[in-house]
Amino acid sequence: MLVKFGELLKPFLYSFRDLVPIIVVVGFFQLVVLQQAIPNVNEILVGTLLVVIGLALFVRGLEMGLFPIGESLAYSFARKGSLFWLLSFAFALGFGTTVAEPALIAVAKEAAFVAAQEHIIAETREAMDAYAMGLRLTVAVSVGIAILVGVIRIIKGWPIHYLIIAGYIGVVLMTGIAPEEIVGIAYDSGGVTTSTVTVPLVTALGVGLASSIKGRNPMVDGFGLIAFASLTPMIFVMGYGMFF
Amino acid sequence: MELLNEILTMTLLTVRDVLPIAVIIFGVQIFVIRKPIPNLKRTLIGFVYVLIGLALFLVGLEKALFPLGKVMAEQLTDPAFIAQGLSAELHDAIQTVRWQDYKWTYIFAFAIGFATTIAEPALLAVAIKAHEVSAGTISVWGLRVAVGLGVAIGIAIGTFRIVTGTPLHYYIIAGYIIVVLQTAVAPRLIIALAYDSGGVTTSTVTVPLVAALGLGLASTVPGRSPALDGFGLIAFASLFPMITVMGYAQISEWKYRRQEKRNQRLNSANNTRPNEDVR
Repeated sequence: MLVKFGELLKPFLYSFRDLVPIIVVVGFFQLVVLQQAIPNVNEILVGTLLVVIGLALFVRGLEMGLFPIGESLAYSFARKGSLFWLLSFAFALGFGTTVAEPALIAVAKEAAFVAAQEHIIAETREAMDAYAMGLRLTVAVSVGIAILVGVIRIIKGWPIHYLIIAGYIGVVLMTGIAPEEIVGIAYDSGGVTTSTVTVPLVTALGVGLASSIKGRNPMVDGFGLIAFASLTPMIFVMGYGMFF
Repeated sequence: MELLNEILTMTLLTVRDVLPIAVIIFGVQIFVIRKPIPNLKRTLIGFVYVLIGLALFLVGLEKALFPLGKVMAEQLTDPAFIAQGLSAELHDAIQTVRWQDYKWTYIFAFAIGFATTIAEPALLAVAIKAHEVSAGTISVWGLRVAVGLGVAIGIAIGTFRIVTGTPLHYYIIAGYIIVVLQTAVAPRLIIALAYDSGGVTTSTVTVPLVAALGLGLASTVPGRSPALDGFGLIAFASLFPMITVMGYAQISEWKYRRQEKRNQRLNSANNTRPNEDVR
């Protein structure tokens, strides 16, 4: 009985351990550096408890739902051998998960605000909304293309670093010709595209594909889809900035 | 009661975010693959766990971490705090910034970058997968610490850049050159994973706090504009983990080789002089 209870508690202990660094950092800076009391202790305790439970549930859900479905899709596609549908799925997954991504919506809004302040676009609500929407679609298309190219790479077994280095050259060249105001936003947009639900799914898909295609190594070929998804938006957003 | 409301609202928001993914997956499964999903019930329960887990996680963050963390970022970048250690006349005369005065900001950037990355669920997911695929060679904790250090260094350098106002692209290009050089020498198995770890680091936990730090700095340091200089921290946070993860693999390999060599030497020593105590 006691052993069982311990097993039940384990995921929560693991989640709590993941939070210890944050608790230490925030506590140290609040109490020692800023020398202030911790406000709303009750709120913080309730919040921490929710975070611990949430993280434990998320990890359980990963292993039960997200990982298996990503892998089973990869196996089904590999067995079916329908390249067209696999690539359509790859693009749709990249586009669909990015276009509604809350972090991207926030960055796009901020970018439209900056563009209006720098008089790149008119300082009206319509112009700013149109600019933000265009930016979101641009990033979503670029992530769709990224996953599509990444899947082709896994199928063909191309070494990842050639593609990544080519992407870097693209980023550096675009930095040289894109307007200066867009560069910071473009660089950041690479990081915000990959959400907490997309990452496990895309990783499972890549690893699943690489394990079910003969001659591919899941470690060497299976990873790397996320890397593409964080690289292409930089190039596309700088391109977007050049048209305005 | 209010808490329950918040959780419910957050769950609905999470459902809305996950809906496009669910539609694509189940659409493909039904119309293209045309086969029932294996273990359908278990998979669906898993999805529900993910949704509720994420919602609780986000509500908790907004209750516990974000308000305090954001206020903290503002206070640590506040000129009044920065000028604390200076004498009164210097305090009044302060027009240009000395980057040394911001030491607590860099330390905070480093520490919070590391701490939030360790708690990042997306990174945990990739680490679990990498552990499984590498048959245990890559430890879940080791990868997360390597990525956490990368984000920590990245954000610390990023805040330094905002304070000094040096151009963002110089740093990014320098980082790229290091990544390319490391790629040539790092163990081949780690490369794809290292590239991936750049993208997964910055999501739910890290971005809001880092954004607050960048915006706070850019709006209080004299001569910086939040619009132009406030961006770029996330780019740093996605670049440096690649370097540290490849570095982690390089160090592990080096240690392994050294151990091998030592074992070989031990063996040959044992063979020639079997009775001598080698230590």
